[in-house]
Amino acid sequence: MSIKKTLFDPLFSNNPIALQILGICSALAVTTKMEAVMVMSLAVVVVTALSNFSVSIIRNHIPSSIRIIVQMTIIASLVILTDQILKAFLYDTAKSMSVYIGLIITNCIVMGRAEAYAMKNNPFMSLLDGIGNGIGYAIVLIFVGFFRELLGSGKLFGYSILPLTSEGGWYPANGMALLSPSAFFLIGFFIWGLRTWKKDQVELEN
Amino acid sequence: MNNDSVGKTITVAAILCIVCSILVSGAAVSLRPKQQLNKQLDIKKNLLLAAGLLKNAKASKNEIEEAFSVVETKVIDLETGEEATDIDAKTFDAVKAAKDPKKNVRIEASKDIAGIKMRAKHSKVYLVKEGGSISQVILPVHGKGLWSTMYGFLALSPDTKMVKGFGFYQHGETPGLGGEVDNPNWKKQWIGKRILGDDFKPVIDIVKGAANPSSKTFNQEIDGLSGATITSNGVEYALHYWLGQDGFGPFLAKFRAAGGM
Repeated sequence: MSIKKTLFDPLFSNNPIALQILGICSALAVTTKMEAVMVMSLAVVVVTALSNFSVSIIRNHIPSSIRIIVQMTIIASLVILTDQILKAFLYDTAKSMSVYIGLIITNCIVMGRAEAYAMKNNPFMSLLDGIGNGIGYAIVLIFVGFFRELLGSGKLFGYSILPLTSEGGWYPANGMALLSPSAFFLIGFFIWGLRTWKKDQVELEN
Repeated sequence: MNNDSVGKTITVAAILCIVCSILVSGAAVSLRPKQQLNKQLDIKKNLLLAAGLLKNAKASKNEIEEAFSVVETKVIDLETGEEATDIDAKTFDAVKAAKDPKKNVRIEASKDIAGIKMRAKHSKVYLVKEGGSISQVILPVHGKGLWSTMYGFLALSPDTKMVKGFGFYQHGETPGLGGEVDNPNWKKQWIGKRILGDDFKPVIDIVKGAANPSSKTFNQEIDGLSGATITSNGVEYALHYWLGQDGFGPFLAKFRAAGGM
């Protein structure tokens, strides 16, 4: 595959959340605030890119009997590293994300890409694949986070956009937007929109 | 060498473990001082915010340190209420002490309304001195919410009956529901509320829905958080526990008797 395809395909044509249906769990958990979304997205892009890269470098030496453990160890180390750096330099945001940074370890995208792509391709292409998939994940997160924060708290990035009735404005906050089910609806709408645009993603009827 | 031979498998696993552990422990050790500084600063900031001594939640390090200079930190023995002069207030960590069998107390289930099971024998208290006299006494409190243990600061007036400010600095409640304990408007209504009755027993009550202004006990009622009954109850129980005899009761009694230490 060409460089361009590897990098940009995961954005819409082969989006990890919308088409591969990976990493849904964290898309529900951290999307109530845009600030958290941005940090989470960045963290996932970095972790996916670096884990893909590292796994690819040693791919010819990984014994197949312990390959999942090897991938997991690499990913876990990278996630802990990310968590430590965030705690040292972006303390407030890291605090508000609490366990979810650590839970990137369990994000299916990271391991899915290591197993499906990095084990078979060279380090450079694997790095691009990791960045691409990380951004694909970020796009969905930003989409979901945008609507959840706007409808749920009338804010974007913590700045008031729709003044809330509870604070003397006119917009009654939609409490459901802050609960996890709303993220399912939004991801559903995203997939619907995407498949209307890219008809080849629609599964054939059995 | 064959990738799947036993020797290669063990070699790869060993090398990988060593490389990863060096990376992780290296980062943890080298970043720890900075992280701890952040954490202490964050606690100070939240204490000042709860006490209303700091208005800006994004204050810089220097602003926080400057505002904190009016605060005197003391470590007290919770059981007797006496100051524990043998413990250094700078290094004392109540959260850690609560987990240390030598420094903690198991709370009887019947008394454990805050749901915390263990507490440290000692606790920090903070005295705010303005113009030569104590204007506030700030107590660290914690209790179980729906998902998490919530840690906060309660600022009281010198007669210990009135709330001067209240806020949590650490919790993991549902954003938008229980997480609304962080809502500035919700926190604002605590200011001026009566928390201890005339017999110095906790009277504060978080009611379901909005507190009724025409109610006789309005000055000791707080609006419940909608959709977060368990969190609201958790806050109320935590305060009742910490202000009761098992919590800061003895300290507050001594504090009042001494006319403000």
